[in-house]
Amino acid sequence: MIDFGYKIQTDRQIDYDANSRRILEFVREGEPSVDWCMSCGTCASACTAAVTTDYSLRRLIILARRGMEKDILDSVFRCRFCGKCFNACPRGVNTRNIVYLMQLAAIKITNHEI
Amino acid sequence: MKSIAIIGGGVAGLEAAAKLSRIGHAVTIIEKSDQLGGRLNQWHALFPARKPSGPLLARLKNHVAEGVNVVVNAYITGVEKNDDGFAIKINNNRMITANALLLTTGFDIFEAERKEEYGYGIYENVITSVELERTFQSGKSLLTAQGKTPARIGFIHCVGSRDEKVGNLHCSKVCCVTAVKQAIEVKEMLPSAEVFLFYMDLRMFGRHFEELYKEAQFKHGIQFIRARLSEAFENPDGSLQIRIEDTLLAKPLKMNLDMMILMVGIQPQKKSGNLIDMLELDRDTDGFLLQEDQYTYPFKTKIRGLFCAGGITGPKTIEETLIEARAVAAEINSFLGHKESYTGQEQFVMEL
Repeated sequence: MIDFGYKIQTDRQIDYDANSRRILEFVREGEPSVDWCMSCGTCASACTAAVTTDYSLRRLIILARRGMEKDILDSVFRCRFCGKCFNACPRGVNTRNIVYLMQLAAIKITNHEI
Repeated sequence: MKSIAIIGGGVAGLEAAAKLSRIGHAVTIIEKSDQLGGRLNQWHALFPARKPSGPLLARLKNHVAEGVNVVVNAYITGVEKNDDGFAIKINNNRMITANALLLTTGFDIFEAERKEEYGYGIYENVITSVELERTFQSGKSLLTAQGKTPARIGFIHCVGSRDEKVGNLHCSKVCCVTAVKQAIEVKEMLPSAEVFLFYMDLRMFGRHFEELYKEAQFKHGIQFIRARLSEAFENPDGSLQIRIEDTLLAKPLKMNLDMMILMVGIQPQKKSGNLIDMLELDRDTDGFLLQEDQYTYPFKTKIRGLFCAGGITGPKTIEETLIEARAVAAEINSFLGHKESYTGQEQFVMEL
């Protein structure tokens, strides 16, 4: 391959209209409290996985709302369901069930089931 | 009997007039437009309970229907201060005298066209929150300029607020909750529409506001995106494209909207003919009327006997404005009762 001395940058812009929000729809179906999230980040601050990785449930919920599936798949399996986030959430969001359903949705997407 | 002139027949003026009149004073409301009620006339429903504004407006007007002298279509040509109080000259060479004067002239709405990058007045599908309220009032369905039902609507917070480029550093306070209220109303009108709010901060300061915010999320699926719009573009079909930074993901985001609602802020009255400048009163750093003291004398100005209440001293909810109106009535009443320091007449005794 010829080295032209430059490379094409990937577009990091979120293209909202092009994205699918099927993960959010799947999660919302089983756990409506996902809509209560106000992105405060208390869950992520209580999270043990967040100490050593870039895992953040706050971020995952926003990613689901924007339809950014690849980013969700990259990090959603880091959760080990300790449930500290559930204790911490000021709005009573059922965080553990949300992560569980996100993981389920991710598996279904991988298996072409949704 | 003592007399009070109230300039501005909006929420603050009407409520103060009713209270002062009930105490037994002679009250005159001087209103520049042809009707009482001020900006409440433009509003369909009130946050947070989303009660219709009509009954409140009717109640305020009823309370001044008897006993309060009302002059409409009046503009002030001059105010003279004398030993007894004030002589207020209005158009058609009329004159109103009063022992105390209350300014309840309110505020201005930010002129959305000044944020040219948002396209108000240029793109047909960009409207203001005031215009949306008018649509609700009309009972008609919300339609795009092309006559279609909008499938995706975005509310842009802080238009003309927290923006030093337009000269408004302050937060207009009521627009956050108004956006949430209007978003819910849009969803109720158009259940299949997608509704987005683009906010810098959500300032749900009041009682029940947080509940309304949560209701918007879980009951209506309204999406809140933390972002401040820099510029909007028009697509050939009249819809809009916006590019924002999704600040909670630290990534740029683009999306199309069928309609954009600008949450226009509250700003001090600055146009020529405003009474703050005409009476040579001082303005605070934000341009609103300077109160003698924010805590102890919030309704007093530097001119003795001249009081103020409501939006003239900053953005306020209707609830707060009504409380101020009642408080200023008590303040004026006690002021008029101090004979030594004022008119030399007998001590005023409140009749119960």
